[in-house]
Amino acid sequence: MENMLGLPPLASVHGAGIDRLLGWVHWLMAVLFVGWGIYFIYTVIRFRSARQPKADYVGVTSHYSSYIEGGVALFEAILLIGLALPIWATVKNDFPEESQATVVRVVSEQFAWNIHYPGADGIFGKTSLDLLDAETNPLGLDRSDPYAQDDITTINQLHLPVNKPVIIHLTSKDVIHSFGLPEMRVKQDAIPGMSIPVWFIPTLTTAELREIKEDPNVTFEIACAQLCGLGHYRMRGFLTVETQEEFDAWLAEEAAAQQEEAGDDDWW
Amino acid sequence: MSTHGDHQEMSFWRKYIFSQDHKIIGLQYGITALFFLLAGFTMMMMMRWQLAYPGQPVPFIGGLLGEDNAPGGIILPEFYNQLGAMHGTIMIFLGVVPLAVGAFGNYIVPLQIGAPDMAFPKINMTSYWAYFLGGVIMMVSFFVPGGAANSGWTSYPPLADIATMGQTFWLFGMIFLITSSLLGSINFITTIIQLRVKGLTWMRLPFFVWAQLVTAFLLLLAFPSLEAAGVLQLMDRLLGTSFFLPSGLVVSGQILEVSGGGSPLLWQHLFWFLAHPEVYVLILPAMGIVAEVIATNTRKPLWGYKSMVYSTIFLGFMSFVVWAHHMYLTGMGTAISAFFQTTTMIISIPSVVILTALLLSLWGGSIRFTTPMLFALGFLPMFAIGGLTGLPLGLAAADIPLHDTYYVIGHFHYIVAPGTIFALFAGIYHWYPKITGRQLSETLGKVHFWGSMVFMNGIFMPMFVQGLAGVSRRLWDAGEQYAHASGVLWTNEWMSISAWLLFVFQLPFIYNILRSLRGPKVESDNPWQATTLEWATTSPPGHGNFATPPVVYRGAYEYSVPGHEADFLPQNQPEKG
Repeated sequence: MENMLGLPPLASVHGAGIDRLLGWVHWLMAVLFVGWGIYFIYTVIRFRSARQPKADYVGVTSHYSSYIEGGVALFEAILLIGLALPIWATVKNDFPEESQATVVRVVSEQFAWNIHYPGADGIFGKTSLDLLDAETNPLGLDRSDPYAQDDITTINQLHLPVNKPVIIHLTSKDVIHSFGLPEMRVKQDAIPGMSIPVWFIPTLTTAELREIKEDPNVTFEIACAQLCGLGHYRMRGFLTVETQEEFDAWLAEEAAAQQEEAGDDDWW
Repeated sequence: MSTHGDHQEMSFWRKYIFSQDHKIIGLQYGITALFFLLAGFTMMMMMRWQLAYPGQPVPFIGGLLGEDNAPGGIILPEFYNQLGAMHGTIMIFLGVVPLAVGAFGNYIVPLQIGAPDMAFPKINMTSYWAYFLGGVIMMVSFFVPGGAANSGWTSYPPLADIATMGQTFWLFGMIFLITSSLLGSINFITTIIQLRVKGLTWMRLPFFVWAQLVTAFLLLLAFPSLEAAGVLQLMDRLLGTSFFLPSGLVVSGQILEVSGGGSPLLWQHLFWFLAHPEVYVLILPAMGIVAEVIATNTRKPLWGYKSMVYSTIFLGFMSFVVWAHHMYLTGMGTAISAFFQTTTMIISIPSVVILTALLLSLWGGSIRFTTPMLFALGFLPMFAIGGLTGLPLGLAAADIPLHDTYYVIGHFHYIVAPGTIFALFAGIYHWYPKITGRQLSETLGKVHFWGSMVFMNGIFMPMFVQGLAGVSRRLWDAGEQYAHASGVLWTNEWMSISAWLLFVFQLPFIYNILRSLRGPKVESDNPWQATTLEWATTSPPGHGNFATPPVVYRGAYEYSVPGHEADFLPQNQPEKG
């Protein structure tokens, strides 16, 4: 059933469970709707007044409907306990060790995604509101902090290595946004004043996505999923999933580019 | 002026404008609500232009929208967001609930319980005028600098806290509207408990009255949290508090000078504590109307009346413990989400029981396909689609890809639009003869029904497709920016055309209502040959409703009783000696 629902191509490990749940729920919905529908159409034809001049005071006496309702409740309970609760527990509790994962901070704002990598030392450099500059330092990163020297920041460009867990720490500078990765079956509100972690394991590279969609230019996208102002519609970010080598190379490139920029600021 | 007896002749103002008569007040609510429904519909039609043809100037009226809202007739994202927030607000709080509760409830409930009026006629009048004022404040907000509220009908902070002046108007408007509902709910509860005539025991009440009773409790107990939240948000906006504003906010590169330390999630809890019961306020009166129309037009009792009553009460109770299913993605853990998923799954049971009882009520009936019956029948599968699509949303893991997408919009619109609004149409066709003493044209009614049925589905069915593909809601350009949306955006044009054609098919309805006022008087006070007490008096009922208070001898749906020649036994008809 999940293949018939028109979902985006699946690109994460936990997403398979979500798709399976969606499939089963939609089967339940379809069976109920078709079942009720057949009953309904039959009934309005069979009991139209021309064919049924006198109504039956008592009507339905059998208890089929109670058994069906009981069955539906049971099926819902099975979906809830067997699929829904365990999947949510996995998503919320089974975080990988940070040392085994790609760790990223994403700080949303009106209307862009600030991506912050901790760099080789694995530690995020300090940020400060006072250092914040909308153009040159949207994260307020304190470059004088030794841990910040190797941090990498981008705007709207998230890169991740395939088949390796990723932990994203989400927050916002201004209003509630929501970090959505449709193919990854990831969605998490980014709430100012809170840092909310989300994790997943990407299983499809951008190259593989391009093959599936037969489009050499398509990319994974970050979609904002909470009304955040007049630019909500254009808060599109880009996710690239690549091999570990490609990812390391990209990180190195970005580091070099940002060192160069930092170097340009030296005026002595 | 609350007892019948001797009156001085009342002035026009006392009789028709500042009336304390529940029938006049009901009509005031009804006419006002229908105008607001039209206003909300018009806003939607404008939004649907922008969604079908993003960036294209709106034809005919584009120039009238103002350069601030739509330069060159092209709707700006700011204005689109105003239309979105106000469409939702107006439809729910100024349209559907005032029509379902303020109009139908006020007019019909006292009649169905044999009472001369509501228990508190002055409070009744006050509640209408509070609604009217709230509505004026809401509409005026379009004309203040920055325009109307634009943070969704949900008004989440920090966005709503820092939004333009229109949000302040929204908050003041809501305070008036909530006050109106609270006053009304006290009236309904007291009236139904205290003013039932002799013989009208609880289990002989028409289901419509039960539905209005539970609805009144929902309004009474749930609205205070939004009233409080609204005051808190007003204080954040006007008095420098930070109930909902955390520390360290930076907007457009500037540090926000607020005290901080607040919580955006606090608003969400207070808001949804009302807004979830609110959706049952939207559906219960509609189910009540459908039940009345089905019993009358099948000529047999409702099947499972008792289970419907108990389910309605249980539903009302459960509606208070599911609210955070709107908040699954706010960082909720496993324990709390397990609680809310469980309560949400449980609450689907009484809904299914009520729908099943209505469906089973048809079996064995002698079905007359009058216009009210067509709308009541149409309600059933449409509500089924709406209710069923709530299932994946109610399970947190399945909600992850569907949250805040068009799937949600499709889900709730199926329930409210071809759901509740169809039931309200059924009610208008059903009770028009009682209210006006005239009949609506069946031919125009059937045109209204079939056109509405087709085009409601044309608008809302494709939304599930869009939502499953990942298209977010509240996007000015319908999601054009996103590659994952590209395969499904072609549906927008058809959805918009359906919306405009849906409007066209409301024209015969409007014409029918107005023209039939001057049609021939209906001879019978009870043209549908129905059993409930409103049909046991004149059309329209006079002041005080009943010449002498009726006495009730039987249940509300004694149709086709074996051993009786007539196929209906009115509730107030004495047993033969």
